[in-house]
Amino acid sequence: MGVEGIGASVVRKEDRRFITGRGRYVDDIKVMGMTHAYFVRSPHAHAKITSIDVEAAKAMPGVVDVLTGQQIVDDKVGNLICGWAVHSKDGSAMKMGAWPAMAPETVRFVGQAVAVVIAETRNLARDAAEAVEVHYEELPSAHHIAMAIAPGAPQLHPEAPGNIVYDWSIGEEKAVDEAFAKAANVVTFELVNNRLVPNAMEPRAALAEYNEAEEHFTLHTTSQNPHVARLVLSAFYNIAPEHKLRVVAPDVGGGFGSKIFIYPEEMVALWASKKVRRPVKWTGDRNEAFLTDAHGRDHISKAEMAFDADNKILGLRVKTHANFGAYMSLFSSSVPTYLYATLLSGQYNIPAIYAEVIGVYTNTTPVDAYRGAGRPEACYLLERLMETAARQLKVDPAELRRKNFITSFPHQTPVIMAYDIGDFGASLDAALKAIDYAGFPARREKAKSEGKLRGLGFSCYIEACGIAPSKAVGSLGAGVGLWESAEVRVNPVGTIEVLTGSHSHGQGHETTFAQLVAGRLGIPISQVSIVHGDTDKVQFGMGTYGSRSAAVGMSAIFKAMEKVEKKAKKIAAHQLEASEDDIVIENGEFKVTGTDKSIALPMVALAAYTAHNLPDGMEPGLKEGAFYDPTNFTFPAGSYICEIEVDKGTGKSTIIKFVAVDDFGRLINPMIVDGQVHGGLAQGIGQAILEQAIYDDTGQLVTASFMDYAMPRADDVPSFEISHTTTLCPGNPLGVKGCGEAGAIGASAAVINAITDAIGNNKLDMPATPDRVWHAMQAPLQQAAE
Amino acid sequence: MANVQLTVNGKAVSADVEDRTLLVQLLRDHLGLTGTHVGCDTSQCGACIVHIDGRAVKSCTTLVGQVDGANITTIEGISKGDELHPMQAAFRDNHGLQCGYCTPGMIMSAIDIVNRYGADLDEDTVRHELEGNICRCTGYHNIVKSVLDAASRMKLSIAAE
Repeated sequence: MGVEGIGASVVRKEDRRFITGRGRYVDDIKVMGMTHAYFVRSPHAHAKITSIDVEAAKAMPGVVDVLTGQQIVDDKVGNLICGWAVHSKDGSAMKMGAWPAMAPETVRFVGQAVAVVIAETRNLARDAAEAVEVHYEELPSAHHIAMAIAPGAPQLHPEAPGNIVYDWSIGEEKAVDEAFAKAANVVTFELVNNRLVPNAMEPRAALAEYNEAEEHFTLHTTSQNPHVARLVLSAFYNIAPEHKLRVVAPDVGGGFGSKIFIYPEEMVALWASKKVRRPVKWTGDRNEAFLTDAHGRDHISKAEMAFDADNKILGLRVKTHANFGAYMSLFSSSVPTYLYATLLSGQYNIPAIYAEVIGVYTNTTPVDAYRGAGRPEACYLLERLMETAARQLKVDPAELRRKNFITSFPHQTPVIMAYDIGDFGASLDAALKAIDYAGFPARREKAKSEGKLRGLGFSCYIEACGIAPSKAVGSLGAGVGLWESAEVRVNPVGTIEVLTGSHSHGQGHETTFAQLVAGRLGIPISQVSIVHGDTDKVQFGMGTYGSRSAAVGMSAIFKAMEKVEKKAKKIAAHQLEASEDDIVIENGEFKVTGTDKSIALPMVALAAYTAHNLPDGMEPGLKEGAFYDPTNFTFPAGSYICEIEVDKGTGKSTIIKFVAVDDFGRLINPMIVDGQVHGGLAQGIGQAILEQAIYDDTGQLVTASFMDYAMPRADDVPSFEISHTTTLCPGNPLGVKGCGEAGAIGASAAVINAITDAIGNNKLDMPATPDRVWHAMQAPLQQAAE
Repeated sequence: MANVQLTVNGKAVSADVEDRTLLVQLLRDHLGLTGTHVGCDTSQCGACIVHIDGRAVKSCTTLVGQVDGANITTIEGISKGDELHPMQAAFRDNHGLQCGYCTPGMIMSAIDIVNRYGADLDEDTVRHELEGNICRCTGYHNIVKSVLDAASRMKLSIAAE
């Protein structure tokens, strides 16, 4: 049975329902008496609502009710919250502008909900939404960081003068000043980290039901963390106390961070279900996803790095402006601070780091965690800086990195993180070999002879995953602990259910979690079911994000399994009249070591439940739970190298080869791990060459459909070459580090470093569209011609 | 309102629908065939692809009135009982799916690609042909692998018949 345990690339248990069209996503669910919600949204980036007339809409066919923002306020539904308190340098709390689920007075971004129509069908709700008459008084708006921080800029929130959420810093400014004072060389770089839209393929959806007799709500929703959703809906939004609210996240079609947060629409659906006394379903369309799903990234940064005469890094200074959009989303405050600046040491020994981050309100969709969340921004900044330094100092980019790698562990960086383990040189070596680094000059020459520009780009990333030690994040301002829970239930017939607070929305937990349990007991994974995503079934959990489900979620299962096995061994020993210490578990049997005596798992389980012959004083049953709180973050790291060819005539970049070498610690299911890397790489490459959320001069999101926003398609990305090096994580019992975000964190810098290498001009921002690349290559081409 | 008669997964269907009803709405809302998904509103993502008279078509931009009398096959209609279609099996065996949302459309599109190209299929062709199907999870790597694998399986199963 070892073939299905940890380390085996078993095919996924969940796949059958998906490939046969039997998945069950929120919009697939129908209930009796169900109504449909459609939102009326602001067409303006910033405006006062002067009047809303819903009477014509209410008279439309099939309309059940039309509800407005003022009614939300009147019903004392709480404003949306931000769950991580970040303080400015001067100790002041971040400046929170009030965010009601539907705007009663002022709208601050295009797409903000102002009213909702509840009707018998979605089409009828949509028809009636057009008849809701909203009058606005337009206000001046600011949709970019520079506009929002300019003197005299339009003010979004009275609570936040100058549109500044916070002015935060980390590290020792004085130590950095001293490092720069003694530097032999200083490398300076300015960059933009482009704004992205997560675009999970399943749009967000909610189905809310109110049971009048029980005063109980049920919400089916597209969530990565249903328990956190229930907690927030109960504790802050006053929808219902937790025991009167069940939140279910069934099959969820991708998240990438965007389904962590509690959004207005899901809240309104719940509230409306009680108002109209009928179930309410809302399913977003893609345009709404573009306008209302939390966006990602959107930084402007300036970075300086000081080197000594031997090209060793002495210090790093960074100043970043982060765009938060119009309101502070659930975890937004932590993204450009504790998830970004704490990773600015990268894989390098940097004695002194000082980073300032200024959070800014703008009249745009709120920005929050998107795959990688802060860590891609840190990696992109640092790895472009390293590549720039190598070019400026005229040294080999691989060797400059190697010279500065951290080589002894544990390593305390100047920015909070204590790296537990790693072998950065091993990953770099493997990547250099895989790309055939020695052969690159010849390939470049050959391409040149064919009229193409070829370049090579590196990215050596590190990330902090396995989020997170509760006490540590609590001290940094988090409003929640970030442990995970598990319960292992052995049924009387020996089959097993594992209840987990993690949530799978593509990650394959039903398989990997079963592999852990099956492997320990030596039974087939078909005998193990994973139960998740339902607050009525699983007691509590923190959900899935930050590559935490293996490192934290599975560690909780590991702990629960230890307890189950301990009790089962006691029962087996009693039944076999042997000593508990002599019992070993093999192939689903409890054996007395050194004898031929054994008892099968189902018999042990049955004995536990019949309770006819248990050791004296033992409680019946075989079910154990555990909470696991990690002691540290985990630190996946790796080396990515991209080889690219640029067409001189068009500026179009084609990826010739992309090599990814990752150290994720122990791999539970290598097939699934590779799949996670593929997807992450495509998102990183998408950010590098295709994707960007663009607001026009009036604050309209002009890239609000798949026709306008360039999602990576099959012919935009290559097949990837992936391999692994391994240092086992010492911080958790499984030795795992997490693999969900690496690709998205490391890929963009490798791609841009390759393009800038090819064209000989380092001034290039993402996305490196053919137009941008073509313009960037003109000066160097001209120089070469002269 | 209009009455339409069509065949869906081998069964005769008669439906009275609003004129503006889309094929995907008929399938999902009226017939309960929720395997066909809606991932966008601009006919870009391909999550809604079904076969109309054997050809892959986006059901989100097809009015029911346009397919009166047609033969529709959805993701629910391609396996023979418990026996998966070779394309379904290839997606499972090659980890060609993660969240599963784009998968039905991918599979329906891919079957049509293999039907059209047969043995001439190569990686570049698959990537080009999948232009109208967006996946956010897999980076397409294993989807391409799945389609190529299925192409050889489908060729074998045709040869066996």
